[in-house]
Amino acid sequence: MLEVNGRVYPTDEEGYLENISDWSEAIAEAMAAADDIKLSEAHWDILRFLREYYHEYEIAPAVRVLTKAVGRRLGKDKGNSKYLYNLFPDGPGKQACRYAGLPKPTGCV
Amino acid sequence: MATKKIMYINRATPHGGITAKESLDVVLISAAFDQDVALAFIDDGVYQLLKGQQPEKSGSRNVAKSFAALGDYDVRKVYVEQESLAERGLSEADLVDLRHENPEDDYRDTASIRLISREKLARLFSRQDVLFNF
Repeated sequence: MLEVNGRVYPTDEEGYLENISDWSEAIAEAMAAADDIKLSEAHWDILRFLREYYHEYEIAPAVRVLTKAVGRRLGKDKGNSKYLYNLFPDGPGKQACRYAGLPKPTGCV
Repeated sequence: MATKKIMYINRATPHGGITAKESLDVVLISAAFDQDVALAFIDDGVYQLLKGQQPEKSGSRNVAKSFAALGDYDVRKVYVEQESLAERGLSEADLVDLRHENPEDDYRDTASIRLISREKLARLFSRQDVLFNF
């Protein structure tokens, strides 16, 4: 469960939103704040990218796929592990998908 | 981990149950672990690749949409049995257009779906390390 601005949102045991339609920017900020991360424009680029990816394919991409797809769509300077792990130290697949309101990526353990 | 040739054989209709969705999840997981993954669609499984499905109206997941991401997962071999298509009055033009970047051809954008005869597909089965039936 996650409480943001007085409203309670159901999550699974690892903190992923149960309903993708519950997502808002405030929820992403609250999840990040709980991890001591302040979301920058660089974070938002990746979160927006993930939401578009999910909208198009209905898949939360595994980290290797995310890295490659980011490289192709946002540029090589962003599509590499170092850049993405700097933004999302718990793992860009898992952590960024969670902030973006997506389910846990398929293929992540 | 050694790379294995794994083929997933899909025979189920896309929305009659959760088989198509389960198959896709296993495919994505094995592809994420760098295995040599191929898909085969036979019998009613060919319906999974039909263009213009609108399963959202029935609350079902649109697997044809997710297949479009297979290229990102380096799944480049999607075989469709010719006879199964023809028996259902379908042709390649009725199927979604799946693409991937071909590493053997300067990463050129390449079609993933290959029509194959029943006979050739049977031979292909015998060359896999692992076959999964869905």
